Amino acid sequence: MTKLIIPLLALVALAFAPNFVSAYGLGLLIGAATYVTLASAWALFSGHTHYVSLATVAFYGTGAYCMAVLNEALPYWAVLLCAGGIGATMAALVGLSTLRLQGVYFVIFSFGLAELVRQLITWYEVNVTGTLGRYIFLDISARDIYWQMLALGAATIALTAWIHRSRLGMALRVIGDDEAVAAHSGINLARVKLIAFVLSAVILTLAGAITSPRYVYVEPAIVFNPTVSFLTVIMALLGGANRLWGPALGAVPLFLVFEWLSTNFPDSYPIFMGLLFIGVVFLLPDGILAGIEKLRARRKVQS
Amino acid sequence: MILTTLILGLVLGSTYALLALGLTLQYGIARIMNLAYGELTLVGAFVLVAVFQQLGLSPLIAMILIAPAGYALGWFLYQGMMRPLVKRSGARGRLEVDSILATFGLLFLIQGILLMLFGANFTSISYLDRGVNVLGVSVALNRLIAFGICVVAGGALVLALAKTRWGLIMRAVALTPGSAPLVGIDVNKVARQGFALGTALAVVAGASIAMYQTFSATDGVVFTMKALVIVIMGGVGNVKGALVAGIALGLLETFVATAIDPGLTLAATFAIFLVVLLWRPQGLFGAR
Repeated sequence: MTKLIIPLLALVALAFAPNFVSAYGLGLLIGAATYVTLASAWALFSGHTHYVSLATVAFYGTGAYCMAVLNEALPYWAVLLCAGGIGATMAALVGLSTLRLQGVYFVIFSFGLAELVRQLITWYEVNVTGTLGRYIFLDISARDIYWQMLALGAATIALTAWIHRSRLGMALRVIGDDEAVAAHSGINLARVKLIAFVLSAVILTLAGAITSPRYVYVEPAIVFNPTVSFLTVIMALLGGANRLWGPALGAVPLFLVFEWLSTNFPDSYPIFMGLLFIGVVFLLPDGILAGIEKLRARRKVQS
Repeated sequence: MILTTLILGLVLGSTYALLALGLTLQYGIARIMNLAYGELTLVGAFVLVAVFQQLGLSPLIAMILIAPAGYALGWFLYQGMMRPLVKRSGARGRLEVDSILATFGLLFLIQGILLMLFGANFTSISYLDRGVNVLGVSVALNRLIAFGICVVAGGALVLALAKTRWGLIMRAVALTPGSAPLVGIDVNKVARQGFALGTALAVVAGASIAMYQTFSATDGVVFTMKALVIVIMGGVGNVKGALVAGIALGLLETFVATAIDPGLTLAATFAIFLVVLLWRPQGLFGAR
C-alpha cells in the first residue's frame, strides 16, 4: 500500500510546486519532467529488451513539428491526438521493418532514422514550403505545459509499473535475456517488441508535442537535436533502465547537472557528457539502483 | 556530364572506401563497434591542418608522421578502454552494448576536446588547389593526391590481408575468435593490432580529407555514419566489400548532388543505408 501512497503524495506535491517557484524554477521543473518522461518512455521499450534506441529524438521532434504545423488548423487536444497517431504509425512502420535487426544494427538504424527524418523535413521545408522555421503561438501557459508533462510522466511510470507485472513485461524480459529461448517458449517476438516500441514512441511523440510551445520558434536543427536522444539514453542507464524508478532517478540529477554545465561551461559540455557515458559504462553498468543493492547485499554478508 | 560525375565520384568514393576500411577492421577483428570513429578521423584532419599551418610541414610528409601516431593512439585506446570491457564480458551480447556506449562517450570526449582546442569554425587549408585535366574533366590536384593515398593504402592493406601470414592470422581472428587460440594465436594481441590499424586508417583518411575539404569539429558523426553505411553495405569485416561499397557511395553522392539536389546527399546516404539494412543486413556481397 505504501508503494502506492508515496508516489501519489509526491505527485500531488509536484502538482502544487509551481505555486512556490520562480519562472526560472518552473522552466527547470518542466525540463526535468520532460526528461523523466523521455527516459521512462525510452526504458519502457529498451530497458528490458536491451535494444538501445537512438531514435528518441525522431519521435520527439515529430511531435514538436506536428504541433508547429497543425496548431492553427486544429484545436489543441486534436493536435495531441494527431501527434500520438502519427507517432504510433511511424513507430509501427519502423518497428515492423527493423525490430528483427539485432544489437549494433538496430542502434545504428535508429540513429540513422532520426537523421533521415531531420534531413527530409529540412529539405521539404526549404524546397516546398520555402521557410525553414515555424512559430508556435499558442495561448498556453508554462504551468499548463508543466501539468500536462507531469501527467504524461506519471502515466508513463504507471504504465511501466503495470507492464512489469503483466505478461507483456515478462515476455520483454525473456526477450532481453535470450531471443531464441523466448521464441521457443511461444512468445510472439515481433508482436511483443512492436507493442512496447509503439507505446514508447507514442509517449515520446506526445512529450515533443506538449513541450513544443516552450520553443516558440521551431526548426529541424532545434527539435531534432540528437543530443536529446543521447541524454535520454545516459539518464535511463545511470538510474537503471530495467527498474521502474531508475530512469526518473537518473533523469532529474543529470538534467540539473547538464543545465548547470550548459550555462556555465558551454564549451566543455561535451567533455563532461563523454566522461559521464564512460563512467557509467565502467562503474555502474546496471545503474545506480542496482549498484546500491549490490552494496547493501555486500554489507549484509559482512555483518 | 556523366564522365564528370564518374570521375569526381570515384575520387570521393576512394576516400570513403579508406574511411570504411578502418571501421571494418575494428569491428571485424577487434569486435568493437567504434561510434567515435568519425572523431578519430577528425583528429587526423585537425592534426594535419595544425602541422601544415604551424610548422609549415608538407601534408604529404605530415601524413607519414600521422599514420604511426594514429596506430599508437588506437593501441592505447584499446589497451586502456576496450580491453577491460572485453575482459568483463564473456559473451558477445554484453560487449556489443558496452562498447557502443563506451565509444559513444569517447565520441563526446574527443569532440569536446577538439571544440576546446580548435573551436567550432569550419577549417580548411589550401594546398595544391589547382585543376588537373583528367580525361577532359578538371579535377583539383589535392583531390587526386588524396585519391592516390587511398589507392596505395587501401591496396596495400588488401594485399597484406590476402597474401601474408600476418593477414592470415587477422582473418582467422575475424572468422572465429573462439578457435583462433587453438592454433596458437594470441587473440588479444591481434584484436589490439586490428583496432590500432583501424585507428591509423581513420586518421589517414581524415588527413586526406583535410587536404581538399572544409570540415568542422562537429562533423565526426557524419563521417561515422558514412563509414558505417559503407561497412554494412560491403558486409561487416569484408575488406573488398568495403572498398567497392565505398566507391559506390561516392558515385551515388556525386550523382545525387549533380543530378537531383545537393541538399539531399545525406538523405540519400541514409535512405540507402536503411534499405540495405532491411533488405540485406549481411551486406551486398555477404552470404547468409
